[in-house]
Amino acid sequence: MAYQSLQEIVETGNSRSIPFWKVILLDDMNDRSVTEEESVDTMKKMWSAMLEASDQYEGTMLSKSRLVGGMGAQMETYRTSQEPLCGDFMAKVISQALQMGESNACMKRIVAAPTAGACGVLPAVLIPLYREKKIPDEKVLEALYTAAGIGQVIAARAFIAGAAGGCQAEIGAASSMAAGALVHLRGGDSSQIIQAAAMALKNLLGLVCDPVAGLVEVPCVKRNVIGAVNALSCADMALAGITSRIPPDQVIDAMKEIGESMHVSLRETGEGGVANTPAAREIAQRLGM
Amino acid sequence: MSIFDILGPIMVGPSSSHTAGAVRIGYITRVLLGSPVAEAKIGLHGSFAATGRGHGTDRALMAGLLGMQPDDMRIPGSFEEAEKEHVKFSFHDMQISGAHPNTAFLEVRGTSGKELKVQASSLGGGRVMLNKLDGIEVNCACESPTLIVRNQDKPGYVAEVTTLLTQHSVNIATLNLHRDKKGGNAVMVIESDQPIPADVMERLEAMEGILKVTYLMSREEA
Ligand code: SF4
Repeated sequence: MAYQSLQEIVETGNSRSIPFWKVILLDDMNDRSVTEEESVDTMKKMWSAMLEASDQYEGTMLSKSRLVGGMGAQMETYRTSQEPLCGDFMAKVISQALQMGESNACMKRIVAAPTAGACGVLPAVLIPLYREKKIPDEKVLEALYTAAGIGQVIAARAFIAGAAGGCQAEIGAASSMAAGALVHLRGGDSSQIIQAAAMALKNLLGLVCDPVAGLVEVPCVKRNVIGAVNALSCADMALAGITSRIPPDQVIDAMKEIGESMHVSLRETGEGGVANTPAAREIAQRLGM
Repeated sequence: MSIFDILGPIMVGPSSSHTAGAVRIGYITRVLLGSPVAEAKIGLHGSFAATGRGHGTDRALMAGLLGMQPDDMRIPGSFEEAEKEHVKFSFHDMQISGAHPNTAFLEVRGTSGKELKVQASSLGGGRVMLNKLDGIEVNCACESPTLIVRNQDKPGYVAEVTTLLTQHSVNIATLNLHRDKKGGNAVMVIESDQPIPADVMERLEAMEGILKVTYLMSREEA
């Protein structure tokens, strides 16, 4: 049975002297009646699928609506030829987020994390770090368990679908998961993990789901960037010892409350917000939607 | 939700509900049909009709009908694949009252000549619900190993089937019974904790009055 509380995961880990990720691994073994090896093998599959998806990016492809495509490549050209304001590492994160989001829009194979629309956030922070800092695979798998555990609590306490709770439930949840994963990779402890997760989610509270023409393209692809960049800054804050003044579980509950009061036009119906601009209406009409 | 519903599924984009879920609906229909699809008429309801084509829902459903899984890279080219295999197919918009916004209605005929009508909806995250089978409500998530037994609506079948499963140490998680009318056709939907052994399937199929037995494996096995 999935944990209903981040605090509870931390306490379980502390009482048994095991790290956050291990609590999630044990819970998965119990939940699906699998061995440690089987669980880890499945996680390995997810990780290699993420790496493969990253390798499969093509800068020349366009989505069927032609709304997205090529941005990941543009960002790469810019990164390698000029001096990005964010610095080289952050620019790599931005490229990776765009690339994964575009691959998804172009019907390439990706890993939903927690959804397809938000599939770029986690790989955007993990892949550049993995490649640059040569982090061992086991450590990345631990980080993925950490992320999954956070996502599970968000799904249990609130939701992880734009249709249910707006984009805060997709990009917000993904960012929260990524922040926790990063803290683990950099040696933070369980309470720092959930602090990072809380801050990342809190920063994206209220984000609505307003996809143009109902397609997972605009604004989705670029929102993966904010999810990733936000995760990095929140992980750094948590590692610096900064905490969320509101306890992590309560932040999730706030996300739920906000999502429930969000108007239906802002919950993946493609009717409000960015989707309701004249330009978006024109696009929708052109596409016959 | 398991952690691999959060990190996962591995899928062809762009949408877990409109693409991955749609592949799964097609795939389940293909398994239920029991033979390759020769012809398919596919109705799209609600959001499937409104934004489905932009999400590749149509291609995804077809891919599933051809036996592809949500992570199959051939999904975007499923129409071409279907033409190559001489599968006749068409799509139309429809309204099904009271149905979930992401619902498809598939009328299929197999190469064996067998026909089947399936109504299913995509619930998000790639999870689906099989709503109706030939007009009979079944409401099955098809997540755990699922046995769908179609039989004549007469006393005794439930006892016989469950006894057989118990003898083979298969634990029943849920059991639902549905029928079109009293004394007509009935459907038993049994979700179990363990996979169903092949010889159990054979014995079920041999029972008198049982019209058809279909076994859907859980997501990981399938
Ligand atoms: S805007 Fe909506 S569809 Fe797009 S990523 Fe956010 S939640 Fe998903």
